[in-house]
Amino acid sequence: MSALLPRAAQVKRAAWLLVAILGLCVLWELYKLLMPDDGVSIGDTLVLPRTDDASMPHISEIIGTFDDPEVAGAAQASTVGSAVSSAAWYSLRLAAAGFLFGSLVGFALALLMQRVRIAERALMPWAVLSQTVPLIALAPLVYGWGANLTLFGLDWQPWMSVSIISAYLAFVPVTVGALRGLQSPPAVQTELLACYAASWWQTVLRLRLPAAVPYLIPALKLAAASAVIGAIVAEISTGLAGGIGRLIITYAQQATGDPARVYAPIIGAAVMGIVAVGSITLLDIGLRRFQGIPEPSAEPDIAGSVGGGPVLRPWRSRA
Amino acid sequence: MSDAITIAGVSKRFGSGATAVHALESVDLVVGPGEFVSLIGPSGCGKSTLLRIIADLIPPTQGTVVVADKPVGTARLDQEYGIAFQQAGLLEWRSVRANIELPLQLHGVGRAERRARAMELLELVGLEEFADHHPSQLSGGMQQRVAIARALAPRPALLLMDEPFGALDEMTRERMQAELIRICAETSAAVVFVTHSIPEAVFLSRRVVVMSPRPGRITATVEVPDVVRNEDFREDERFYAAVTEVREALRGRLAAA
Repeated sequence: MSALLPRAAQVKRAAWLLVAILGLCVLWELYKLLMPDDGVSIGDTLVLPRTDDASMPHISEIIGTFDDPEVAGAAQASTVGSAVSSAAWYSLRLAAAGFLFGSLVGFALALLMQRVRIAERALMPWAVLSQTVPLIALAPLVYGWGANLTLFGLDWQPWMSVSIISAYLAFVPVTVGALRGLQSPPAVQTELLACYAASWWQTVLRLRLPAAVPYLIPALKLAAASAVIGAIVAEISTGLAGGIGRLIITYAQQATGDPARVYAPIIGAAVMGIVAVGSITLLDIGLRRFQGIPEPSAEPDIAGSVGGGPVLRPWRSRA
Repeated sequence: MSDAITIAGVSKRFGSGATAVHALESVDLVVGPGEFVSLIGPSGCGKSTLLRIIADLIPPTQGTVVVADKPVGTARLDQEYGIAFQQAGLLEWRSVRANIELPLQLHGVGRAERRARAMELLELVGLEEFADHHPSQLSGGMQQRVAIARALAPRPALLLMDEPFGALDEMTRERMQAELIRICAETSAAVVFVTHSIPEAVFLSRRVVVMSPRPGRITATVEVPDVVRNEDFREDERFYAAVTEVREALRGRLAAA
């Protein structure tokens, strides 16, 4: 019974996502239909965008562009759709590598900060500060360092720089979320484990980690979305070919000839984000049992024993 | 059999200098094997602090505490005591049975033995049919019984209880007291029970230790007659006499202060 409920909620959420996408399409077409081709200007300043076919192609045209040949009159008939999907797949794998690496580093940092109080004060400001450095400025630097690097006899590959930058964006939400989660057990529970003479590692495994799950899931979702954005931006600023980042630039340059095509890799990038966050939702479902209803006795609880609270069962005396 | 607890000259100060708080001042107390002793006193008299020192959760500033002939640190590592707090503190992602198994699991007891012990204890506290329920599905009183079962899991000869029924309503509380008397009879564990309810202390204990605050010290010890503890005892003259004696010990201290 309770196992089905969350799943129904997931289906409902997916349905709402679909409704939102359709709604966006309807808005797009309505705006295009109702507003003048030249947009709305006050004096010489354009305040609402133009709606002519070059600026706002019809939804049908954007969808149609996926089926166009990528290079007109080319020998092999590769479509825009297949180019976008293979580029998105390539970038998604870079983002996944970045996500995994970033999450591991983020989680390790959180464990360190939980273990050593002073580490929290020493490291947390840096973790937060790290996100204020513009990614665009950082990417070529990482690329430059990597180019001179040999690790375990392996030459540094350009894609590794992209994954590293993606990881750089992904680790902070994991660190913040995991630390809050690891610190979430109340004193009564940590003292109990101390009374059992549990080691630090046992306390992490049996208490802190399970208690951290409800904090980790949203943190990982945020990290997954950040990893995708990080990978795309890093591809663009390091000039790595093969991914969706490069495709966005390439198609943007073809905008005058084929305005609808510009939107194809953007849609591809959006789908990447949905796939990335969606895969964390699967993890979420797998870890459902750690996210039950919070214990009602967090506050001194008398409701249960007088037959109050909705989730509490009335007292049953011993037969 | 040696004493369950021997406390000698224990003092505890929190902080230092002018802002230091004297939580405990030269406390001496011996708890015999299987003896039920209550610590009672107003808030801030150091009764919980004393319990936490016995549990080796905090060190005393001065003095020594011996549990089962061992220094408290060793006693804690050897699981010589079980403990229950005012909040049940059950792990909400674990079933009731897995919660009771937790201390055994941490000490490497095998799965089959753990399970058998947990079922035995669930029967003892009357919750067999709730083995696979989760804590959030239980009432406050039931959660507290699970916490007591968990404290008893490693078969300790000593049970430390810090206002375990403090958050329960009066009726549930009296039922839990009767349960505790029965459980203690079956396990023959010594108990140190912190409370601020006079009737509760008298009903449960052979000895009620009265404490006073600032600095926390033992001001009186009231012996309760060794009679069968059942519902009749609550209306017995000897019960009222002991309640009066404890109340006067508490009040006498207030008048003097």
